[in-house]
Amino acid sequence: MSSNAKKDSGVSRRDFLGLASIGAVILSGLSILGGIFRMSKPNVRYEESTKFKIGKAENFPVGIIKKLDDKGVFIFAGDDGIHAISSICTHLGCIVAIAETGFQCPCHGSKYNEDGKVIGGPAPRSLAWLEISQGVDGSLMVDTAMEVPSGTKFRLNA
Amino acid sequence: MNNLNQNGIENFKENLKTIGKSFAGSFLRSGKPTSDRSRAAAMFNNFFLHVQGVKTHINTLRPTYTLGLGITSLFLLIITVVSGILIMIYYNPSIENAYNTVKDLTYVVFGGNLARNIHKWAGEGMIIFVLLHMARVFYTSSYKNGREFNWVIGIFLLIITFGINLSGYMLPWDQLSYWALVIVANIIQSPKEITDALGITKYFDIGGFSKELFLGGTVAGKEALTRVYLFHIMIFPILLFLFLGVHFWRIRKDGGLTKPENFEPKPQDTQLLALPDKKGGIFPVNKTYGLMELAHGKTPAVDRDVENSVLSWPNLLIAETAVFFACLAGVFVYSYYIDAPLRELANPLIPENPAKAPWYFLGLQELLSYSAFMGGVGLPGIALLGLALIPYLDREQHQVGIWFNGKQGKSVAIQALVVGTAVLVALLAFVISFGWFRTWWPNVPQMLITFINPGNLWVAFMTAWSVYVIKKTGSTRMGAIALFTMFLLSYVILTFVGTELRGPNWDFYWAKSRWPAH
Repeated sequence: MSSNAKKDSGVSRRDFLGLASIGAVILSGLSILGGIFRMSKPNVRYEESTKFKIGKAENFPVGIIKKLDDKGVFIFAGDDGIHAISSICTHLGCIVAIAETGFQCPCHGSKYNEDGKVIGGPAPRSLAWLEISQGVDGSLMVDTAMEVPSGTKFRLNA
Repeated sequence: MNNLNQNGIENFKENLKTIGKSFAGSFLRSGKPTSDRSRAAAMFNNFFLHVQGVKTHINTLRPTYTLGLGITSLFLLIITVVSGILIMIYYNPSIENAYNTVKDLTYVVFGGNLARNIHKWAGEGMIIFVLLHMARVFYTSSYKNGREFNWVIGIFLLIITFGINLSGYMLPWDQLSYWALVIVANIIQSPKEITDALGITKYFDIGGFSKELFLGGTVAGKEALTRVYLFHIMIFPILLFLFLGVHFWRIRKDGGLTKPENFEPKPQDTQLLALPDKKGGIFPVNKTYGLMELAHGKTPAVDRDVENSVLSWPNLLIAETAVFFACLAGVFVYSYYIDAPLRELANPLIPENPAKAPWYFLGLQELLSYSAFMGGVGLPGIALLGLALIPYLDREQHQVGIWFNGKQGKSVAIQALVVGTAVLVALLAFVISFGWFRTWWPNVPQMLITFINPGNLWVAFMTAWSVYVIKKTGSTRMGAIALFTMFLLSYVILTFVGTELRGPNWDFYWAKSRWPAH
């Protein structure tokens, strides 16, 4: 019986124990490594919230452009609504500035048009359009962690 | 009883008198190195010296062979360690204090500015000398004959040298540090360029994950500074000294530095010997000559020891000490006159324009301006892998220890230099004048730029050229010479373009004086 089983699996008891111990060593090594990486990933980030108030909609009359430097966001108010575009360059994270043609990055020369679409330079993606929502107190809120499709504009329902 | 006491006191007095001598004897273990035997003992009985051979080949002592580049890198490292510990007395790695403590070091602390300059310039000097040392090892075929793996360790040391310099660059927490940190974090994130193009970032965001591990968050802040500091003073130094130890140990095990197979000493080589006297040695001068020594042909080695080697004490040590003091003097003079930069306090709202990486990465930054992933991860990875594999792809074992393998190699190197410069400059001129895909067709998919951009084209050209050289000469070594020469050349040219010719918005300017005022 036992000799049959040995033939079937093709692994002797000695080999099995050897392989099992090697496997255990590799497994424990990997778990320690995984634990080290997991430990390096903080559970709590002492960073500012990605969602923040930008004030009441009345503060954004048509035609106004607001640059919120510390949040990395541009707010544009047009006829058809308000939209927020991230000012973080998609290339290497510098802060873009408003230029004649749209936006321009000082670091490696990425250029974007007014909609944040890449028109030159190394940037791999367009500037992110960010979600605008209205809080319970009526003030508008932008969330830099929430991307919306380009062209999405916020309109007051009222 | 009384007599014994007397003896004890006498002995004590005697011991007291000779305390200097007996201490020196126990300290040196083998006494004064006055004979060849004791000079040999001085080397192998000493913890610090025994990593070097008791005897050194004359070829190793020839300044024109090693150029002292490896040992210079080591001495610069020792200087950075000492100066680094000195500036750590005041430096505080927190975003509240880092900048102020560096400012204190620069303007208030006695000797602080000098120590900081020395630390900075010796550290950056290491990059230059490690690269030059690598070039020397390469061009003298010193990665062969069992030294293959030591070359790979050398590549690790090169990477660590870059890493330790870069992490140090971020510690002052001024504008230079902060924006370098942001850029590096985003380079780490740049595999996103690929996962985005494939549309799998949502499920497998390796770039974002690595960036978060590096920064300890999503933005460059206090966690990031702690981690960079940890890398700079702990992880990189430990790895550096570990690999250095193995690097040196393997040199010993491989029989010292390489030398030409049929080495012929020159008559002036005897002048290399600082101490030619042999009295009391194991190789006496008053030897008797055999018949073969009277016959025609090569004269036997009368004044030289076996296999053209001489005692390391003092010949090698004198040479090394000379190099050490030259290093020390060079670093001091340079640091006395040229200050390490310190800009304004880090300001996350205003990027520097142009935001430049430290000079040794400006070649990479030029490549980055074509594609973040290829410039920051892909091409450096290919280059380092290619460098590491050189000894395994070129296994020709002849002409080891001869610069450029003689005439043919020299002309191959010059050819690669001329052709490479022409092609690379033409390529850069084209990109600077006409732009690339994105400028012509704004809607081109990113994948296409990632895989077809000037950086990739240049690497493809280098590879193609060296394959062509292998085909033409029938020698893998010649192909390696062509490839390595072009690698060095692109590092120099791209670094020059990134440093001198790129201005605000990474636009091209012939000179810094033509930058627009802002």
